[in-house]
Amino acid sequence: MAYDFRYSPVVDQVGIEERVARFNTRSIKKGSKVQVLKLALNMIDLTTLEGKDTEGKVTQMCYKAMHPHLALPDLPSTAAVCVYPTMVKIAKEALKGSKVKVASVSTAFPSGNSTMQIKLLDTKLALDNGADEIDMVISRGEFLKGNYNFVFDEIATIKDLTHKYNARLKVIFETGEISTLDNVRRASDIAIYAGADFIKTSTGKIGVAATMPVTLVMLDAIKDYYFKTGIQVGMKPAGGISTAKGALQYLVMLHETLGNAWLDNKWFRFGASSLANDLILQLEKEAKGVYYSKDYISVD
Amino acid sequence: MAKKEVKKLEYFTDWKYAPSPEATDHIRLQKQYDLFINGKFVKPNSGKYFDTINPATEEKISSIAEANDKDVDSAVKAARGAYDKTWSKMPAKERAKYIYRIARLIQERARELSVIETLDGGKSIRESRDIDVPLAANHFFYYAGWADKLEYAFPNRNPKSLGVAGQVIPWNFPLLMAAWKIAPALATGNTVVLKPAETTSLTALKLAEIIQESGLPDGVVNIITGHGPVGASMVNHKDINKIAFTGSTNVGKWIQKAIAGTDKKLTLELGGKAANIIFEDAPINQAVEGIINGIFFNQGHVCCAGSRLFVQESVAEEVIKKLKDRLETLIVGDPLDKNTDIGAINSKMQLNKINQYLKIGVNDGAEMYQSSCSIPKKGFFVRPTLFLNTSQSHRISQEEIFGPVLAIQTFRTIEEVIEKANNIPYGLSAGVWTDKGSRIFNLTSKLRAGVVWANTYNKFDPTSPFGGYKESGFGREGGLHGLMPYLKF
Amino acid sequence: MERIEVLKTYKIFIGGQFPRTESGRFYPLKLKNNMTVNVSLSSRKDFRNAVIAARAAFSGWSARAAFNRGQILYRIAEMLEGRKEQFLEELKQLGYTPAAAKKEVEQSIDRLVYYAGWCDKYQQLFSSVNPVATSHFNFSVPEPMGVVAILADESSALLGLVSVIAPAIAGGNTCILLASESKPTCSITFAEVIATSDVPGGVVNIVTGSRKELHSHFSSHMDVNAIINCNSEKDFNKTIGENASLNVKRVFIWNRNWSDEKEQGPYYITDLQEIKTTWHPIENIGISGIKY
Repeated sequence: MAYDFRYSPVVDQVGIEERVARFNTRSIKKGSKVQVLKLALNMIDLTTLEGKDTEGKVTQMCYKAMHPHLALPDLPSTAAVCVYPTMVKIAKEALKGSKVKVASVSTAFPSGNSTMQIKLLDTKLALDNGADEIDMVISRGEFLKGNYNFVFDEIATIKDLTHKYNARLKVIFETGEISTLDNVRRASDIAIYAGADFIKTSTGKIGVAATMPVTLVMLDAIKDYYFKTGIQVGMKPAGGISTAKGALQYLVMLHETLGNAWLDNKWFRFGASSLANDLILQLEKEAKGVYYSKDYISVD
Repeated sequence: MAKKEVKKLEYFTDWKYAPSPEATDHIRLQKQYDLFINGKFVKPNSGKYFDTINPATEEKISSIAEANDKDVDSAVKAARGAYDKTWSKMPAKERAKYIYRIARLIQERARELSVIETLDGGKSIRESRDIDVPLAANHFFYYAGWADKLEYAFPNRNPKSLGVAGQVIPWNFPLLMAAWKIAPALATGNTVVLKPAETTSLTALKLAEIIQESGLPDGVVNIITGHGPVGASMVNHKDINKIAFTGSTNVGKWIQKAIAGTDKKLTLELGGKAANIIFEDAPINQAVEGIINGIFFNQGHVCCAGSRLFVQESVAEEVIKKLKDRLETLIVGDPLDKNTDIGAINSKMQLNKINQYLKIGVNDGAEMYQSSCSIPKKGFFVRPTLFLNTSQSHRISQEEIFGPVLAIQTFRTIEEVIEKANNIPYGLSAGVWTDKGSRIFNLTSKLRAGVVWANTYNKFDPTSPFGGYKESGFGREGGLHGLMPYLKF
Repeated sequence: MERIEVLKTYKIFIGGQFPRTESGRFYPLKLKNNMTVNVSLSSRKDFRNAVIAARAAFSGWSARAAFNRGQILYRIAEMLEGRKEQFLEELKQLGYTPAAAKKEVEQSIDRLVYYAGWCDKYQQLFSSVNPVATSHFNFSVPEPMGVVAILADESSALLGLVSVIAPAIAGGNTCILLASESKPTCSITFAEVIATSDVPGGVVNIVTGSRKELHSHFSSHMDVNAIINCNSEKDFNKTIGENASLNVKRVFIWNRNWSDEKEQGPYYITDLQEIKTTWHPIENIGISGIKY
């Protein structure tokens, strides 16, 4: 499909923010609230991407991913864990027998400043170690230089490798670096047309991470593509979403923008580390009827 | 990747928003409301009361006094007395403090006022809570500040108050319209007799309570309720210096005729049939939001509603598809529910009028498209409605429907759309959607309308003047210009 | 036995906090009740810290909706009204008669209300749409100057500083004020009013100390955009003028009688504004001339 990314649809920032404000006035009560909190928990990519990560840390986090909170029965596991390529093997092992997937960042995460050769090796390492999903970063410098075809090609190349392993590809834009909503829309179009399975906001490694306006622009791009082709693409806001209230607002936005078909962790993920426990805090409040304390919820 | 044949999105089947009604137990309503004259609530001379109902349930909320000529006369006398004795003599900066107090009291009692506004008028609580009531408070706050600064607003003109202002307001924004009328009148040193619309008197009467609480001298603001004849009696009263009216063009014309030859000053804010124009380079997704907000805000009971949509033909298919899609996510129902987007039609009469226009549209050959949403069995509701394939010659493109009904036309060139947008006796407002700044200024300079919104719609602010060209009325409300109709020089 | 009163330490006000002067210095001030207050003798470094706070607060404060600034100024007036008694007592201790103290406080409150009203109005009076001959939409709007340094009126304990702070912040500037050297106590109590009125930290900073020592630092700091001296010392004003030229600071000598009702008005706001003009093309397609 021919598509000139210089002419991606324009976005009006003020209009986007007003739309987001409308989502944030939605009020979810009682019955549906529990359902949505559980859904959110089930959409988390529980993440550790630190220089100080060790096998021990990753193993403990994997246990938390499978058993978020023993005190409440019927809680789902998280969707996946998200780790560095070197930790994939250990995570795979720890998660054996569960539904929790292993996602690995790659392509010289988080800056993406390396050669294609190394990016491919990085990705191959993760895939060989058994990663189910690859979270790649785009070359923001090339993007800002206007080399949209370069970015398209690098995504397509990583996609080919990833799909060869039957893994799914998430493409991270680092929206805080590409700055404008017009750029976010353009990056979304590039990644979607290059064959991304998911588009993702941020690495979580710079000050500005996922925001609702940015996510809405990406959801709109997914929607436009779906209207044109009937093909679904997933969405992953990452970083900065740490409260249940915030997660619910994202899901309201998702629901009213893309509808029921996306309300599943196959098509929507939260990249987060502390969100899970806040969701559990709220689930406990709904279950017990009193406001809860973090002392009763395990930290891993 | 899942390949699907049907490229239509489904909403609201898996999980629904559970009802989330705003609490009503904190509001204080009386069974019966009297007239507010000279600082006190007094029985109407006629002894008659009429019911005010909740349009969402058709249940009675309260009884409202029906004023007659004698009540109008005593209200005008009270206003005149207050003007002569206290209000016109008070230093402007002290006058300001009373208006600030009213602003603060509205802010403090905002939630109660919002709930009552929604109960009485049918508008969604989201709108009364986030738009009507805060804007009303802000309006008082803004005009309070002008009271002691008029000589800067009109240098070398020695601005002076007029005397008694008679103000008649509509039912679509009851409290907000009361604020738009009362705040500038008081700031400029006039006293007021205000008549709210008969279907929505309650928040004006709550405002009367607030005015009592504020300690405003008796008689400075008088609020009298009732039907059309009360307004007519005010218009014809000899001791009123100024009439301010917001409502239908027909009544506005009648008022202009009735006061001809008198010294009364007049401002009219009348009907509209605004063009909302979408160019192919517009931010389409935001434009779709703007179209929705333009026509479905307050159930379309908005004189400046963007009721005629002009879409450039090259993007018409995309815009209409997205509009239809967006229509499905609008929640129509209980106005008190915090998730409701579109509440109840204000009255049975208005409901009938809208339904009649739907018939006219279909009979005239336009293609009607409605949201598939369910609407409550009781109460006055209409599904959000689009009419496709309309032309300027359709009645639904010519006449003000005052409901959630959008007439869509396509256009091809700028010349064409300017001509068609102006091809109407009204001239209140217009919307323009394009990414190109120079085009916006082209359109704003050529559209014959009092307010032009560019890449936005239905925005209001106390500092921004509002009012119409042509049969949409004259005079401006809001901003610096909103002071002028209440001053002589 | 009689209860012993707890006495207040008068510190300074920087970035929303009440630190002591970094210099540790003070000067004694004898009150009418014969008690002595140790007033902070602020240093050049205190001023520097205040400028940093004011600069940091500027982007947020100037970007606030004008209406919101108005609400906040009105809130200051509300809080001041609520603490009227405290100010009356403090003014008495500074030598004001009860009648003069009452007038000082009430005028200060009214002046805040007055400028609260201007926050969203001066733009409407001092902006213009300019009918240029080419096909351009051309408009000019006032914008705040930035960080304003103020040497407050020596003769007034409260009204003198309110009369200058209010128009400065109404217009979206942030400021650093050196209080009256002989009547400094009210300035710090007023800072407490500011601190509890939703004014973001750093928008108003108040230091006490010696004008003789600080006026050259106030005027020479390169990150200050304007300086106001409310006093008439000729030699200070010369130094201020000369130092201001280092970065082309705007200099205002407002040696006024602030208790005069005429010494308020939008021009105190617009003096501290720049004017920005924007040109934008107007496309010219379509019916030329208006048909209706």
